[in-house]
Amino acid sequence: MTTDPKPDYSEQTQWMLRIRDQRDKRAFAQLFGFYAPRLKGFVMRAGAPAAQAEDIVQDVLLTVWRKAHMFDPARAQVSSWIYQIARNRQIDVIRKEARPVPEALAIDDETGEDPDGAEVMALEQETDRLRDALAKLAPAQREMIERAYLGELTHTEIRDATGLPLGTIKSRIRLGLDRLRHELKELR
Amino acid sequence: MTHPISHHLPAEVIASYAAGSLGQAYSLVVAAHVSMCDTCRAELAAQEAAGGVVLEAIGAASVSAGLLSRTLDRLDDPAPPEPAPPARNGVYPAPVMAALKGRLPKWKAVGGGVKQCVIGGDRDGISRLLFIPPGQAVPDHGHNGLELTLVLQGGFSDATGHFDVGDVEVADAALDHVPTADPGPPCIVVAATDAPLRFNTFLPRLLQPLFGI
Ligand SMILES: [Zn+2]
Repeated sequence: MTTDPKPDYSEQTQWMLRIRDQRDKRAFAQLFGFYAPRLKGFVMRAGAPAAQAEDIVQDVLLTVWRKAHMFDPARAQVSSWIYQIARNRQIDVIRKEARPVPEALAIDDETGEDPDGAEVMALEQETDRLRDALAKLAPAQREMIERAYLGELTHTEIRDATGLPLGTIKSRIRLGLDRLRHELKELR
Repeated sequence: MTHPISHHLPAEVIASYAAGSLGQAYSLVVAAHVSMCDTCRAELAAQEAAGGVVLEAIGAASVSAGLLSRTLDRLDDPAPPEPAPPARNGVYPAPVMAALKGRLPKWKAVGGGVKQCVIGGDRDGISRLLFIPPGQAVPDHGHNGLELTLVLQGGFSDATGHFDVGDVEVADAALDHVPTADPGPPCIVVAATDAPLRFNTFLPRLLQPLFGI
C-alpha cells in the first residue's frame, strides 16, 4: 500500500509515510528530531533514569522504523502509534514479560485500499481538538491527565480524572473500523 | 460476531490498560475483549490518541549529541527475530492463546464438573480459564477487588444480568454473585481477579494451593 504524502497532512504524518513507503532516512531523522526529546521527557517522567531513558528512546524509534509497514494514518496518528510502542516497550522492560495485546485486524497490505485522505484528515483534526482541550485544562486537572497517561494512576483514580473529551474521536475511529470490517468481508 | 456485545469494559479500565498501569492478569482480559469488540477497540484507540497528545505535550528532554547518528547507524541492522504470535484457536482469542503459549488448555477439575486452567498471574492478580457445564452454578467464590470475566463460549446469568459470547462482567468485592451457565454448550470464560479466587463451597481452603490458586 503506497500513499503519496498529501501536502495537507501534518509534518509528522508526512515523515512517517515517507519512512513507510520510501524507507526515507532523512524523514526518519526529522521524525527523530521531533519525537526523541519528547519520548525522553516522557519516559523520564514515568520514572526511567536518564541513561536508560535514551536506550528506550532508541529502541522505540528503531521499532518505528522496523514496523513502519504497520502504520496506518487512518487508524492512528503518529503520536498515538509511538505512544503505544513506548508503553509496550516500557512495560516489557519493567515486567520482563510481554504485555497481552489485542489481535491485530487482518489487513492485507497488498490488496488493502489506500486510506481515504479525508479519513486521515478527520483523525488529524480530532487529535488537534484533543491537543487544544489538554492545553486549556486547569493546571491541576492537566497534571492528573498527564499522570493517568504516564501510567501513574490506578483505574479507580482514572475514573475521577476526567477532562479530555474522547467521544467524537471515538466515533470517528469506530466508523473507520466499520469500513475496514466491511472491506475485509468483501475481500473474502 | 453473531450477536452484538452488550456488556463492555469501563473506559477507565481501558485507559489504565492503554497507559500501562493495569496488571498483567486484567490486561489479558482487556486484550481478549478488544479482540472481539470493535466498540472497545475504538475506545482503546481513543485513549491511545489521548496518550499520544500527552506524549507530545509533556516537557521535552534534550538527548545526547550522538544519539541520532547511533540510531541511524542501526537502521540497516537485521531486525531481531520475533516469533509470530499465536493466532486465535477456536473460541480462544490470540492473547489467550499467547498466555497458553500456543497450546490448548489443560483443565483441572475444581468440583461440580467445573474445571479451571490458570494461565497467568503475578502479585497484582491472577487470570484463569473456567469451564462450566450447562446449568451449573460457578462455585461461590469470593474476590477482594476487581473481577473481570469474559465469555468465550456459551453464556451465563447472575443477579446482574445475562452474559453472552464477547460480553464482559465487571464485578467488585461488593458483588456477591452466583453465575449459572446457560443450557447449551458448556460455558468457557477467561477471568481475572486481584486476589486468589476462593471456591467457598466446593473446595476446602487448605486445598487451594494444589490448584495453583
Ligand atoms: Zn466492548
